[in-house]
Amino acid sequence: MRRLLNGNEAAALAAKLARVQVVSAYPITPQTVVVETLAKYVADGELEAEFVKVESEHSALSVCLGASATGARAFTATSSQGLMLMSEILYVVSGMRLPVVMANANRSLSAPLSIWNDQQDSLAVRDSGWIQLYCESNQEILDLLLQAFLLAERVSLPAMVCYDGYILSHTAEAVEVPEQAEVDAFLPPYSPSLKLDPDRPLTMGPVGVPEVYMEARYMQHRDTRRAREEFLRVAEEFGRRFGRRYGILEEYRTEGAELLLLTMGSLASTAKEAVDRCRERGEKVGLVKLTLYRPFPDGEVVEALKRAKVVGVLEKDISTGWMGALYTDTVAAFANESRRPLFQNFILGLGSRDVRLEDLEGIIGALRKAAEEGKVGENPRWVGLKGEMVE
Amino acid sequence: MIPAQELLAPGHRACPGCGEVMALRLILKALGKEVIVVEATGCMEVVTTPYPQTAWRVPWIHGAFENAAAVASGVEAALKRLGRKGVKVVAIGGDGGTADIGLQALSGMMERGHSVMYVCTDNEAYMNTGIQRSGTTPFGAWTTTTPAGKVWRGEDRPKKDVPSIALAHRIPYVATASVGYPRDLLWKVRKAAAVEGPSYLHVHCPCPTGWRYDSALSVRLARLAVETGCWILWEAEGGSIRLTFRPERRKPVVEYLRLQGRFSHLTEEEVRRIQQEVDERCRELGLGWYG
Repeated sequence: MRRLLNGNEAAALAAKLARVQVVSAYPITPQTVVVETLAKYVADGELEAEFVKVESEHSALSVCLGASATGARAFTATSSQGLMLMSEILYVVSGMRLPVVMANANRSLSAPLSIWNDQQDSLAVRDSGWIQLYCESNQEILDLLLQAFLLAERVSLPAMVCYDGYILSHTAEAVEVPEQAEVDAFLPPYSPSLKLDPDRPLTMGPVGVPEVYMEARYMQHRDTRRAREEFLRVAEEFGRRFGRRYGILEEYRTEGAELLLLTMGSLASTAKEAVDRCRERGEKVGLVKLTLYRPFPDGEVVEALKRAKVVGVLEKDISTGWMGALYTDTVAAFANESRRPLFQNFILGLGSRDVRLEDLEGIIGALRKAAEEGKVGENPRWVGLKGEMVE
Repeated sequence: MIPAQELLAPGHRACPGCGEVMALRLILKALGKEVIVVEATGCMEVVTTPYPQTAWRVPWIHGAFENAAAVASGVEAALKRLGRKGVKVVAIGGDGGTADIGLQALSGMMERGHSVMYVCTDNEAYMNTGIQRSGTTPFGAWTTTTPAGKVWRGEDRPKKDVPSIALAHRIPYVATASVGYPRDLLWKVRKAAAVEGPSYLHVHCPCPTGWRYDSALSVRLARLAVETGCWILWEAEGGSIRLTFRPERRKPVVEYLRLQGRFSHLTEEEVRRIQQEVDERCRELGLGWYG
């Protein structure tokens, strides 16, 4: 059934379809509608879940930790400062291998305070051991959350589905909503082999003495790397059942492309429009949209980008004092490749600074110039800064 | 009766004479096996679970320092949703994990009415990191962050009254206890575990390492704290406080203070001030004058 849903409603509906058993979240803009919608589902008897009305995001994730360890499917949602407040517990949940699933409506970080959109929040926690998936549309929010539950529970790792605040969270789109029975067939009930149970006492979250700590970290890392293959299997199963195909990344009009854009999230839609315009003019420009960001799919990224002359990495975050996170990851993936494109990093859209088609055309122009000259210009280049800021 | 069953195995790494580990052992005896324990970071977590060893013969989980009450809330919510009945969820934190960094999570847990028994094992400082003051460090006590020097005279603020904070949440059961009074402690654990909804138990636990005394004296000090009125045993059901132990003649506080290195710098004047504050608190709770 097709329904008109904003991104937050799509996220809440996905959690309901996944039959989450414990929901714990705290209001924060722009995610709040997720909590509100889930509360209403529970209030109306449409979702049989414990809805734990916590006093902070720190406790929201801690409640999910306890619930997941006890064998319940647990879900939370947050944004920005809320994700920062959770950050300590993000590492605890992943280190304890608990498949908690989270929706993160991407929002800027303070200071200055901004309730608006960029992806600084989730990129700031990219090392926390959570699988990270980024959405281009509200359909993707619903679909990737359903896949996230199955993936997380299969690999015993938590997963975070990220979508741009306002651009998706507050914008209604037509979303194909699967039947409950179809979802039930895709996503079986959560039944972990290890859980807190007086019949089989076990100790969870002990002290990792120096003799074992590094091995625990290694196993977590190894299994997180392997989550790439599992994601492909889950996406394949999802595609077969629901007819919508997902991959680690999406290649849009990349055939023979000399210039490639690489980005994540809703910006891909604008970028597709820009690529279409270029292609109409006969220019060899394409787009690579990354869906799975953690674990970082280096092989797929290299394969998708390696034939370009210049790659523009477009992202809504900055590792302050250096480059964007996606850029550094992408360049690292190419470190030992003998043939590699030139890379230029474009920082844009911070705090909801509008990214217009003209901005995209300017970026493509810069890439074209780099291809001609054999070297990139200013790197990173901040796009859309007010005139007086440009040095 | 105190059950013989040991659910906290020997061989853990607590210091000799540790009051906290005595409390855990006694509490588990009263609770039995149908429990899930959630513990905050601290001495007890560290000494009982150096992987691959564990002293816990009941299911146990540790998440972080400040979130034991929230993790326990999640465990309780999951048990409820999964239809698992008859399992008591018990959260345990030290004084730092309860009175300071974990106070918000504790307040949330009590306010939401989770059926969780929260236990604070209070040894009056951050002992796990090496004796730094906490909100429950008593007035005058030396710690490494309240040293007695030319200007400072140890902790300059009175002990934070967490049981009263718990009481203000109007939960069904709040009690104070001491490892020096095991029967009183076990009685209260059983009551706290039996209530529907949140309960809070604050257990005074001497720490030979942090309080600077001979480890053979732990129980004696625990009892002296109560006999002098420095620690008062009470319980509150439905909000009204009832004393559960009333010393026949309250001893002067100096008898409790003088055995501990952490108070050895105090002048007679400072001891008098402590006596006055203890007298004041005892008057409030209806415990008589000493002597």
